[in-house]
Amino acid sequence: MTDTPIPPAPPSRLRRAWESDLFWSFRHAPVAMASSFVVIVLILGAVLAPLIAPHDPFSPGTLNLMNGFTPPGQANAMTGDIFLLGTDDQGRDVFSTILYGMRISLFVGFSAVLLAMVLGVTLGLLAGYVGGWTETIIMRIADVQLTFPAILVAMLIFGIAKGITPPEYRDEMAIWVLILAIGLSDWVQFARVVRGATLVEKNKEYIQAARLIGRTPFSIMLRHILPNVLNPVLVIATISLALAIIAEATLSFLGVGAPPTKPSLGTLIRIGQEFMFSGEWWILIFPAVTLLALALSINLLGDWLRDALNPRLR
Amino acid sequence: MTDTPVLSVRNLVVEIPTRHGLLRPVDDVSYDIEAGEILGVVGESGAGKSMTGNAVIGLLDPPARITSGEILLSGQPIHNLGRSALRRLRGKKMGMIFQDPLTSLNPLLTVGEQLSETIREHLDVSHDQARKRAVAALEEVGIPAASARINSYPHEFSGGMRQRVVIALALCAEPDLVIADEPTTALDVSVQAQIMALLKRLCRERGVAVMLVTHDMGVIAEAADRVAVMYAGRLAELGGVREVLTNARHPYTDGLMASTPLASAGLKRLRQIPGAMPRLGALPTGCAFHPRCEYAQDRCRKDPGPTIDSCDGRAACWFPLATDRKEEAQA
Amino acid sequence: MSAIIKVEHLTRVFDVSKPLLNRVIERLPRALLTAVSDVSFEIEENSVYALVGESGSGKSTIGKIMVGLVAPTEGSVQISGVDLASETDAAKIEAVRSEIQMIFQDPFASLNPRWRVRDVIAEPVAAKGGDTTGLAEKLLEQVGLSAADAGKYPHEFSGGQRQRICIARALASNPRIIVCDEPTSALDVSVQAQVLNLMSDLREELGLTYLFISHDLTVVQHMADRIGVLYLGRLVEEAPRDVLFNDPKHPYTQMLFAAAPKMDGFGREIEAPKGEIPDAINPPTGCAFHPRCPLAVERCSRERPEMRNIGKTRVACHMAE
Repeated sequence: MTDTPIPPAPPSRLRRAWESDLFWSFRHAPVAMASSFVVIVLILGAVLAPLIAPHDPFSPGTLNLMNGFTPPGQANAMTGDIFLLGTDDQGRDVFSTILYGMRISLFVGFSAVLLAMVLGVTLGLLAGYVGGWTETIIMRIADVQLTFPAILVAMLIFGIAKGITPPEYRDEMAIWVLILAIGLSDWVQFARVVRGATLVEKNKEYIQAARLIGRTPFSIMLRHILPNVLNPVLVIATISLALAIIAEATLSFLGVGAPPTKPSLGTLIRIGQEFMFSGEWWILIFPAVTLLALALSINLLGDWLRDALNPRLR
Repeated sequence: MTDTPVLSVRNLVVEIPTRHGLLRPVDDVSYDIEAGEILGVVGESGAGKSMTGNAVIGLLDPPARITSGEILLSGQPIHNLGRSALRRLRGKKMGMIFQDPLTSLNPLLTVGEQLSETIREHLDVSHDQARKRAVAALEEVGIPAASARINSYPHEFSGGMRQRVVIALALCAEPDLVIADEPTTALDVSVQAQIMALLKRLCRERGVAVMLVTHDMGVIAEAADRVAVMYAGRLAELGGVREVLTNARHPYTDGLMASTPLASAGLKRLRQIPGAMPRLGALPTGCAFHPRCEYAQDRCRKDPGPTIDSCDGRAACWFPLATDRKEEAQA
Repeated sequence: MSAIIKVEHLTRVFDVSKPLLNRVIERLPRALLTAVSDVSFEIEENSVYALVGESGSGKSTIGKIMVGLVAPTEGSVQISGVDLASETDAAKIEAVRSEIQMIFQDPFASLNPRWRVRDVIAEPVAAKGGDTTGLAEKLLEQVGLSAADAGKYPHEFSGGQRQRICIARALASNPRIIVCDEPTSALDVSVQAQVLNLMSDLREELGLTYLFISHDLTVVQHMADRIGVLYLGRLVEEAPRDVLFNDPKHPYTQMLFAAAPKMDGFGREIEAPKGEIPDAINPPTGCAFHPRCPLAVERCSRERPEMRNIGKTRVACHMAE
């Protein structure tokens, strides 16, 4: 046994990833590269907000009411301070509030998608692999939920959650309730797609081979089927992320989402629209454009991913 | 009948550009099919046999395309025709039969509608006449109670009956050439025998030229007049079916015949060709078969791949097997 | 030689009805498909038993029942004296299960595309918590691949090589019996020869017993010691290979042999077989083959023929002699 030749080292993971078809198609899709650049810049801005934001918009000590309504790029008439994107009515730097707002938006988006994904993938796998009554119950619940608009479901969940939390915790809980509401309204897509893919994989012979070996259904679902249904999940997760960010913005815009003390992009837009017609357009436009850029780029990225992972279009 | 063959393929090259370079699934292939003749095209998967058929009927999936050579249908070039001109030719001059009958039938139209539509598109007949012809066509391919079954949808037929409908559809506009791509591969042995008997009878009666693409040597032996053996995109051997199958000159044909279980009847082990067909992106230099060939010599490794014309007119091999040499090897 | 597998009166019925609600609304009866009907045979140790038949003959279902993927409706399969369906001793079931393995038809669907070959091959042992060091490498060399292939993924291999990997996986738990479900029908002829030779070699080396399921008569003739012919879920004829091929008794077997293309049948004109395989949900009464049979008499449509012995052949036909 000792004289068997040592197999040559397989190429490193990074090298394989660089040479993979997926990355090749990425390098040849200008739209995908541009949108991922935008997404990365925005995410970096959000993550590093405490480091790069010129002001801390939520610390009352640094706020000066005199700085209110400073137009972008101009010095304030009274204090002489200059703000890149101007200030709002309370003198908060719009650029900094956007950076901090994105943190909330992205955090809520990612967490909600994660929740929807875990829930949807688990239920979809179960429905597809176990079948029978399990499948009927899960998929009928999904069907019923699909008949309501997602935003309505989210508002319903939000309302219930708000009703049962004590008032003093409401602001603190608002973010988590948002995540729960959006996540619960979004699992259906994951469940449907995973169930479909599971039905296809389940009938392949490698699953029969695993059953024959004596693997438990749980281990077959986790180790054999799950890795093979992840491609469509990745695509949906990307597109859902954009939708979740928009859903969060919508809820916050309607006043049922992130509180004004912890404003997300949606809250900022709601605040800004009050000043739209009084001439302070920057308070509305800049958060709105950021939201647009973020959602659009993620969506374009998802579109590209769907095409790139689709073997028939390759 | 004139002397021009119904189908004449001259030095056909099909190329597919990919990120790994240019692939040539069909490389310098030439053959003729006369009226009333069945040419069997055999080869293993990846040999380019279906791609050749698709090139002839103009159904290459992009980015695959014909880059040189010509295809003549009754002497007229068709390789440079546009899509709509080709579509008119298909059905009228060329019929097609595919492996899976469901892909060639429209599931939303009744069999009768599809037949009479094809007939009216290519022949100048009235609606009633087209319908009568459709019934006659179904009767001819042996579908019982044809006048009633004509209102059925494709899914109401069994696999064998469906393939009969496809044959009726391929022949209803009286084409000169039929391309049958693995027509019986999806069928059971007893149904396969029915379909092949039908195909042979109809083509003989009407003098249709047939290109029969299959991997089954037994089907070729029983149906074809001549046979073209393909390997890695090239023709390896071309000749009368009896000569090629019983007295192969190309070592690949020889190995292919020897490795079928029937040829080694009574032997404990089957004769096998070592290795597998190379991928198109990684063809060996010289003759593509040389790494698997037990007779390979230096010339096979170095000189560019031989063609049938550059050799003895039958096998694309620098050192074709002579009858006596094979007996020598066996002794 | 003794029988390592005993199949007795095996029957499997599948419920292929539409869902309850549709059935009630459309007033449809339950649709029951009898895939295997009262099949009995024995397989001797270290032999190759082949089941041949066309689609719907139930040959794959029998294979799946044998390895425990499908439960029988009636009858039993005994492997080394243990009936998997009725045995209650878990240790015995486990022991028999690791004795029997399976090779599937489609080498592209039978390997998990996300797993390295090493993990695929070692899975039968790893699932039982066994030691897998060097196992995959050893098995790869045994099936004619290189030990260095263990780190690759299935898509890097050709169809024939994948089937070798499947064989290696089947061998991992040291089985005595391998059920081969059309193991070469997805492969090219020259590769088929390689795989069949490998299977013959392994059988000799390891003393394996094969249940070989195929529709290809030439392959069966080469591989099998004993052959059972199935039609519509029923065993119609069973005989040692040479007896069957030289003197087929059942009219269906005769039809099948006549219909198979012959390599030396240049320009052969055959009388095409009559009719098609009937619907297994509503099979013909009596002998299932009688509507297509040239010998059929009135009795054939009434009475299902019993298996009877004629010389070395077992045949289920009223008229065979």
